[in-house]
Amino acid sequence: MKGIDAFRELAPLLKNEPTVLANGYISREFFNVTDRKENFYMIGSMGLASAIGLGVALAQPERRILVFDGDGNVLMAMGTLAMIAACAPKNLIHIVIDNEVYESTGSQRTLSHEIRLEEVAKSAGYKQAMRVTRPEDIRPAYEQLYKEEGPVFLLIKVEPAFDSSQGRVTHTPEEIRDRFMASMAG
Amino acid sequence: MLSSKIFIGKLRDCGFNFFTGVPCSLLSGLIATLESDPDLGYIPSVREDAGVGLCAGAYLGGQQPVLLMQNSGLGYSLNAFTSLNLIYKIPVLVIMSWRGCGGKDAPEHLIMGDINEQLLETSRMEYAVLEEDNTDRVLADALKTINDERVPYTLLVKKGLFDERH
Repeated sequence: MKGIDAFRELAPLLKNEPTVLANGYISREFFNVTDRKENFYMIGSMGLASAIGLGVALAQPERRILVFDGDGNVLMAMGTLAMIAACAPKNLIHIVIDNEVYESTGSQRTLSHEIRLEEVAKSAGYKQAMRVTRPEDIRPAYEQLYKEEGPVFLLIKVEPAFDSSQGRVTHTPEEIRDRFMASMAG
Repeated sequence: MLSSKIFIGKLRDCGFNFFTGVPCSLLSGLIATLESDPDLGYIPSVREDAGVGLCAGAYLGGQQPVLLMQNSGLGYSLNAFTSLNLIYKIPVLVIMSWRGCGGKDAPEHLIMGDINEQLLETSRMEYAVLEEDNTDRVLADALKTINDERVPYTLLVKKGLFDERH
């Protein structure tokens, strides 16, 4: 499964959940699959998607909050898994697209071939953590986790297959902020 | 000396309602005050940059965040400030202890203490040095910057400004 296949499975499952997308190919690829005002595309500050998602989840306890993260990001911010587990937001779903490489910088390997990140999340104290490797398993796993009390973690193993000819996010950072905040207003 | 309790009260009066940080002994009275009131929901951050991200998310979700840290955390946080807060225009009030100020401190604090202000200026971070007699004016400036320019504002805190608990 390619990352884009995972995003094509996930996109139709989303409603109006505010979604924080990690920098690099995760933001770019999902932008090209489905651009929504609820998408907060990160273009820098690698490693912080999970912390930002936690902040949104605590500030908006009545909404389900999604984080689309990468394996390199999670490895960079493993302490944030502890913060999420300790704060225990019931409304947070942490989804990791794990391709085992830093793909946007030339596919240097991460450590996620050896380290099972969903087990790290579970050990940290996430209520539930699952791993899927086939596209047809994404929907049932997502729907099951959606019913659970958070924080929950879904790791999707993919192969490195980012098409770098795909466009970058065209919105300016301030536009991304304004759209995202407006999607939660009222 | 400023009372931590009174200062936290002023922050609340200004509308700040989300508190996180990584501790410093100079800020121990402030953090003890925050932790003594469950309504304030102080969250221990594991790293300063994680705290920057947490505060950014809280702001996007409609809260008015405050991040407490030692100035040693400024180094860890610079990429977060420059590639998140300053380009998306996401404000946060940073309360930063100024360890190494005046060259009198443990060795690990001396370089950062010496370059603290320059580093903030170089990074285009708005800041003020908090003193006993300027808190109301500085807080008004901070609020104006946060609300109008929507960028972070840092309050530098020297040793002995607040009642310390350690």
